[in-house]
Amino acid sequence: MSVLDIRDLTVEFPARKSVFVAVDDVSLSIEAGKILGVVGESGAGKSTVGNAVIGLLQEPGHIAGGEILLHGQRIDQLPYKQQRLLRGRRIGMIFQDPLTSLDPLQTIESQLVETIRTHLSLSARQARKRAVELIDAVGIPNPEERIGQYPHQFSGGMRQRVVIALALCAEPELVIADEPTTALDVSIQAQILELMKKLCSERNVAMMVITHDMGVIADITDHVAVMYQGKLVEYGETTKVLGAPEHPYTQSLISAVPRPDIKVDRFPVVNYIEAAGTPQRQIDISTHWLGKARDFSEISGPLVRIRDLDMRFEVRGSIFPSRRKYFQAVKSVSFDIEQGETFGLVGESGSGKSTIARMVTGLYQPTSGSILFGETDLTSLKNRRDVLAMRRQMQMIFQDPYSSLNARMRVSEIIAEPIRFHKLASGNAEVRRIVDDLLDHVGLGTAAGQKYPHEFSGGQRQRISIARALATRPRFLICDEPTSALDVSIQAQILNLLKDLQEELQLTMLFISHDLAVVRQMCNRIGVMRHGELCEVSGCDQLFEAPQHAYTRELLTLMPSMELLSRANLEGA
Amino acid sequence: MPTVSNEEAKAAVQDRSGVEAAPGRITRMVDNDFFHAFLRSKITVIAACGTLTLFLLAFLAPWIAPHDPFDLASISIMDARVPPVWMDYSDPRFVLGTDDQGRDLLSGIFYGMRISLIVGFCSVVAAAVIGITLGLVAGYMGGRIDAIIMRIADVQLTFPAILIALLIDGIAHGIFGSLDRNVFAFYILIVALALSFWVQYARTVRSSTMVEKSKEYVQAARVIGLPSVIIMARHILPNVMGPVMVIATINLALAIVTEATLSFLGVGMPPTQPSLGTLIAIGNDFLYSGEWWIAIFPGVALALLVLNVNLLGDWLRDALNPKLR
Repeated sequence: MSVLDIRDLTVEFPARKSVFVAVDDVSLSIEAGKILGVVGESGAGKSTVGNAVIGLLQEPGHIAGGEILLHGQRIDQLPYKQQRLLRGRRIGMIFQDPLTSLDPLQTIESQLVETIRTHLSLSARQARKRAVELIDAVGIPNPEERIGQYPHQFSGGMRQRVVIALALCAEPELVIADEPTTALDVSIQAQILELMKKLCSERNVAMMVITHDMGVIADITDHVAVMYQGKLVEYGETTKVLGAPEHPYTQSLISAVPRPDIKVDRFPVVNYIEAAGTPQRQIDISTHWLGKARDFSEISGPLVRIRDLDMRFEVRGSIFPSRRKYFQAVKSVSFDIEQGETFGLVGESGSGKSTIARMVTGLYQPTSGSILFGETDLTSLKNRRDVLAMRRQMQMIFQDPYSSLNARMRVSEIIAEPIRFHKLASGNAEVRRIVDDLLDHVGLGTAAGQKYPHEFSGGQRQRISIARALATRPRFLICDEPTSALDVSIQAQILNLLKDLQEELQLTMLFISHDLAVVRQMCNRIGVMRHGELCEVSGCDQLFEAPQHAYTRELLTLMPSMELLSRANLEGA
Repeated sequence: MPTVSNEEAKAAVQDRSGVEAAPGRITRMVDNDFFHAFLRSKITVIAACGTLTLFLLAFLAPWIAPHDPFDLASISIMDARVPPVWMDYSDPRFVLGTDDQGRDLLSGIFYGMRISLIVGFCSVVAAAVIGITLGLVAGYMGGRIDAIIMRIADVQLTFPAILIALLIDGIAHGIFGSLDRNVFAFYILIVALALSFWVQYARTVRSSTMVEKSKEYVQAARVIGLPSVIIMARHILPNVMGPVMVIATINLALAIVTEATLSFLGVGMPPTQPSLGTLIAIGNDFLYSGEWWIAIFPGVALALLVLNVNLLGDWLRDALNPKLR
């Protein structure tokens, strides 16, 4: 008999004007010791399924139909008090962000012991013993010693292990993990996934893993349920679904995952697309506005040369220089970016890649070293007019599409601002024409200009960001994790758009990402960063096929296994 | 197994497409959650109606008041201290009775409320302008400028509003000598109130500015090359105005009360241009002789005005604060 049975579950959120059906007629089941993956893009309703099972639906959401059974017993209609007894005792939960899911004011021990004693009738001593065993089981070294520490003394990955231990405290029959590795770096993600898989089979726990990441699904799940806009579109054994997807949505979702193994020219055109077309007209750079009046001086050789760049932040200030403490974010980094190429910077969080981007754009002033743009040293520019002239030639696309646009300005104003400020057009009519043209070219259509940013989805906002960056007619574009906040199918479209624009406008790009597969698809040459240092710079294919540096090799082995996906890709293509 | 077809899914996505025409300004205003939340809260609707009525009475005073209390020709000392109409010895001309100089109390309240409100509005606007400017600069620039501005604000906070008002009143008299209080009392009051209330704006705007400053849209503006002044005014300012509106509303009530207190103490509006506080002060002298109406009716008007504005302010704070929803 299966541990969890969900039958025809429907969850509704009544809104002011209509009822939003977040989960529509979904049926799933999980057996003991098995892992079910629920995959889908943002807004697909996958988290809502998990919340409905554990009885933590956010107001005003409610279960409008169907039933949820735990070991054959209905749990969706239990009164609040009994539902509470279920949580933690029979159903454990692992949340996304390990930084916020532990109480910072309590030691790990007291959090574990509290949970254990709430659910199991154990003495304080027995509970502590059990807590130590659990900490040991989730792979934290020196459990006796570390259990007395506070959450801030653990790293992100270790904290997620503690969260897993917390979920397993009372020997639950079912564990729900909502995006358990999204907030972690790749190297840690691999370890956590392995741990989850091991614990699951050892303890005979049924597990529901909710994720947007096809790699996670391919790695650890036995069954997979693909959700799209609240509906279950495909459900079956993981090998079957990923190997031979039947539904077109699953097919397009899989084909949109960037391939780490070979470089393709463009991402396959996905069937399920966000509402944004691809521009029909090609830009001819010699006649188009975007190419006109690019009064840039000719540069021979590399466009950007970075030499011995250092950046340190003051962590503790003091009037005595000897007592000041610094954090070295970037350590003597040097590399060149050739004209017309895409240079990739990869590394885990905190490796200093974004800091470099911010120094190149002038948001940070480097501590030492030089950034040469052609023959001009950006770090030595003092005159405001010279600085502006350089700023116009390089623009940046930011990571978070939700905070990179001013919510109080219309889209047309946002895009027109750099044009007006740099006086790139004469008269309002011309500005309007250029804005319309840019919007059209990033695939949004001219009507979009009259709206405000909140009326657009993440991918559409990223298109607006791109249009704004193009408005100064730059020749150097810096993309700082431009797609890491987006769903895969939208990521594929944005990356295609960037590729097209680069080709048409002969842009040089610095592309920063933590995702090796994305970098492989986008870049000509790649630099690998770790702890502020540049480990290795080499050509794209060379890096993946013959990595020189030990750290690069480590990163490559940690990429989620994609064999299943790759096979599906080949067959789909 | 339930499935969706490709066409269905596409149609569903089309709903949020960027291609449809944008709604106009008025549609946006009526059709937003803010307006909707307003209609749903009964107390707020009542408070809004009350505030509007009181504002109308105050600002239409010259046209709707039964008498003109400033017209010396029409008032007579013979009518002094006439009780309200429902009491003995009353006069049907004076609905709420008269004060010690024979001025109609109802008209006096209308005019007094007008003066209270004008002083309140002007001081709130002045305080907001000072506070927002300093808060923006402190939050955006940071470092030494921030430290200096915020230390001044801290010092400022140690003085109660009344003390500042008394100080300014005293200094103004010291500098300008024997001024015509009838003309200058008004301006001194506004300056005094503005100087005591700006700190709140500065602190709020500073903290919001520091949050907004780290957001990517501000960095995008810097990458474009925009100068700091434009970034502050065009990008950050509109995004920090939410909390400012809340403080301004609540401060309006506070300013009216403080003005009344100052007038009651005799450093506010002079008896020739009575505000609500002045009227209460006049009435205070007659409370023990049984002529209660001179103090009580302006007091009730003041309480109603402050209560209504405060209720509006509280609701605004809740509506703009996503945490309390």
